[in-house]
Amino acid sequence: MKHIRNFCIIAHIDHGKSTLADRLLQTTGTISDREMKEQALDDMDIERERGITIKSHAIQMDYTHEGQQYTLNLIDTPGHVDFSYEVSRSIAACEGALLIVDASQGIEAQTISNLYLALEHDLEIIPILNKMDLPGAEPEAVTDQIVDLIGCSPDDVIPASGKTGLGVDQILTAIIDRIPYPKGDVDAPLQAMIFDSVFNPFRGVIAYYRILNGSLTKGEKVKFVNTGKTYDADEIGILKMDLVPKKKVAAGDVGYIISGIKQAKEVKVGDTITSAANPCKEAVKGFEDVKPMVFAGIYPVDTDDFEELRYSMEKLQLNDSSLIFEPESSAALGFGFRCGFLGMLHMEIIQERLEREFNMTVITTVPNVSYQTYMRKDPTTCIIVNNPSELPDPSSVEYIEEPYIKAQVITKSEYIGQVMTLCIEKRGELKNQVYLTQDRVEITFEMPLAEIVFDFYDRLKSVSRGYASFDYFPIGYKKSDLVKLDVLLNAEQVDALSALVHRSNAFDLGKKICIKLKELIPRQQFEIPIQAAIGAKVIARETIKALRKDVTAKCYGGDISRKRKLLEKQKQGKKRMRQVGRVEVPQEAFLAVLKLND
Amino acid sequence: MAGLYIHIPFCKQACTYCDFHFSTTFEAYRKEMIDGIIKEIVSRKATFTKEEITTIYFGGGTPSLLLESELNAIITAVYTNYSICESPEITLEANPDDINDLVLAQWKKNKVNRLSIGVQSFDNEDLAWMNRAHRSEEAIRAIELAKKMDFQLTVDLIYGLPNSNLEKLEKNLSKLVTLAPEHISCYCLTVEEKTVLHHQQKNNLVKLPEEDHQAEQFLFVVSYLEKAGYIQYEISNFAKDGHYAQHNSNYWKMVPYIGVGPSAHSFISPKRRWNISSNRKYLQQLEKNELYFEEEALTEKDLWNEAVMTGLRTIWGFDLANWETKTKIPEAFYKQLNNFISAGWIIEENGKIILTQQGKLRADYISGELFQL
Repeated sequence: MKHIRNFCIIAHIDHGKSTLADRLLQTTGTISDREMKEQALDDMDIERERGITIKSHAIQMDYTHEGQQYTLNLIDTPGHVDFSYEVSRSIAACEGALLIVDASQGIEAQTISNLYLALEHDLEIIPILNKMDLPGAEPEAVTDQIVDLIGCSPDDVIPASGKTGLGVDQILTAIIDRIPYPKGDVDAPLQAMIFDSVFNPFRGVIAYYRILNGSLTKGEKVKFVNTGKTYDADEIGILKMDLVPKKKVAAGDVGYIISGIKQAKEVKVGDTITSAANPCKEAVKGFEDVKPMVFAGIYPVDTDDFEELRYSMEKLQLNDSSLIFEPESSAALGFGFRCGFLGMLHMEIIQERLEREFNMTVITTVPNVSYQTYMRKDPTTCIIVNNPSELPDPSSVEYIEEPYIKAQVITKSEYIGQVMTLCIEKRGELKNQVYLTQDRVEITFEMPLAEIVFDFYDRLKSVSRGYASFDYFPIGYKKSDLVKLDVLLNAEQVDALSALVHRSNAFDLGKKICIKLKELIPRQQFEIPIQAAIGAKVIARETIKALRKDVTAKCYGGDISRKRKLLEKQKQGKKRMRQVGRVEVPQEAFLAVLKLND
Repeated sequence: MAGLYIHIPFCKQACTYCDFHFSTTFEAYRKEMIDGIIKEIVSRKATFTKEEITTIYFGGGTPSLLLESELNAIITAVYTNYSICESPEITLEANPDDINDLVLAQWKKNKVNRLSIGVQSFDNEDLAWMNRAHRSEEAIRAIELAKKMDFQLTVDLIYGLPNSNLEKLEKNLSKLVTLAPEHISCYCLTVEEKTVLHHQQKNNLVKLPEEDHQAEQFLFVVSYLEKAGYIQYEISNFAKDGHYAQHNSNYWKMVPYIGVGPSAHSFISPKRRWNISSNRKYLQQLEKNELYFEEEALTEKDLWNEAVMTGLRTIWGFDLANWETKTKIPEAFYKQLNNFISAGWIIEENGKIILTQQGKLRADYISGELFQL
């Protein structure tokens, strides 16, 4: 055990985590130069395209230092607030963390919250200044920020560059010298914590774990404590670029287990694996059932595809247990599913994966959070509302509560005014304001979660010219004066466009939604009124004029196939529209409320 | 029955709205180009074994820039290599400023019997705005000369210009009707990509009339010309009885045709072919005896879509009854069709579906909806 080191990486998006990790893999010979593709650890296309890690990954490296061979387990963590629980479990599986900070950007909000998480778990932090090769690098200033934050000596900060390879040897040495080796009792009953799982279509669910005590032997009967299920350890082993089967994995080490599990939901991140014959006394602390934060309807564009959509969602759930869904029906859209997501990014990823991996064209309705409604008749019982159209008749409702979050924004001090204005407009209440350095401020707000669902990230980025970073965690429910804002197209209410909004914002939002829909819905055979209403009261109206003229002047020899192709392309685009009453509504219109300020 | 289109890719100057293929700096290689076109004519002589050529059309560019020797060389090549019917329609596009007694006589001698004159407007301000090379007076004189020489005439007019109104339009139409050509093509100004006009519009340098005004002008043109005895046999084409343009009508009736010259299109069902647009590349490829065109075979659905799109533009309509005998038509088509019939945009007559005036205004939308994918 003395020659094992388990560590994770804490970094903000774009601060070069994956590139530096790739460099470690190369230097330790874990991956050959030939196998190297950009960001070897990010498997999914979406991950590579967006430059973010969605799933955790783990990989074992061998490294010889001063004549002694060491085993280094790198546990790569997801880089987005939607997946903060997964991050916390990855951190709990390690003894140390590399804190990677872009030398030209400085520390960002999310880095700080993950850093605090690591400090809570007593991880040894190795601070690294990355991207030192960039002309804009400011090593002194950023070093000061790091020193302030974790109380280390400036000499502990390692200058590095994933691009040039600078500092890689120094990092490897620091991992061995500074990170404590894992402690645990090899002879105790098996106690291992699952920190991630992946779905393999041929082999079922593969769970990744860290063994805290005892050892796991191939073929033994194991029990997952929280789900209470028992399995045979058909195959166990360690993780290199590929799975490497072993007879035994012991305390301190990181490994995988394949035990014929077909469904991702049986494998919960944070759960404890123990021996069925000789179980450990206690489960590993910190297990939580992840709860969805954001809800939205997902409907097939073509109503006939409902069953196919169900099949695709079930398949997706096999490797993404945080996705939940149940059938629902909408007057406007027919049959579909109400889905729960960890956050907005998670929602986008699911929609994108449905389109890419299952070739499904879907409509995602306006997302909302989960509300707690208390009725006049019985104010002690709470009714959970995950869909605005299920809100009981307002006259029978005593009050509604909505989820609140604590939000931390770090920005350059010159943008503080704009950021505050935005947060206050979003019903935020300023709680704290700290200057991290002369020109970087951390602002803390309490605000309704629903407000960050509506068009928050993009606006934060734009008011701060991209210089603000953002993190949040839930702090419970608060009473709120909410009204249901409905949208009517051609005098028919479209339930998929309804939203619960704060009374003070309703007029402004209603107007903006109508204007946005007018922009997005193409002109049709007849005039289409668009109205926003609260109850029976119309608060905003726009009109899409009927199509008056659409004809090409010339259509001779060469024009014919050009024109045909153009009209065919338009018609192809219409296949992505949904007929609501008599009106054809494009897919993106259903999410219009999210982009009101574009 | 078959057509032959000959593209003459030269112009004296560029009109701001035009996206046809042409070059204004052609003197250096004009001989090479004429030789190239003739080479293509000769090389494709085996295309039609049974079909007779019934129409020949010189388009451009500006075919009226052809020297007599050049025109003669082309016509000779055509007559030597193809079987031409007894009395073909041979049309040549001409700009008013190129027309005089001498050239008219030369054209006549070379079998041209129909002229398409690019008048566009009788308003000199409009002509200057479009960067046309002629003035109104020249156009009037050209039409009169051509009539005297017994050419069949078609005249192009453009409406829907910036600052246009019904009063100005009526002046233009009344002048035109007085000159009494057998055929009129009347186009609503369209902004095509990669034109000066497109650039001007993008940068807010010009403002075209609102759609409502364009629609109003369209309906005005139709009723004015109908009163003057012209039949609207295609959305933008009007003719006195018996004077429909045969060559263009054949495009809409899916009659086969060969197009020669840079950028020219050919259609020999089910294949469409289009020549390279660049003058230089077209000549280079011809010279090397390498491919100078691209080609695609239309699927059954493509053919349906083209038939819908072109058929609906014409007085003959789309021959639904005929298609019903050879193919299974999806339910969705009939649903849309009935929708358009009840909207008053389409009427059904003897198995043909035909656009009403309100339908013509939305012809693209309607045909798109009736397409099969």
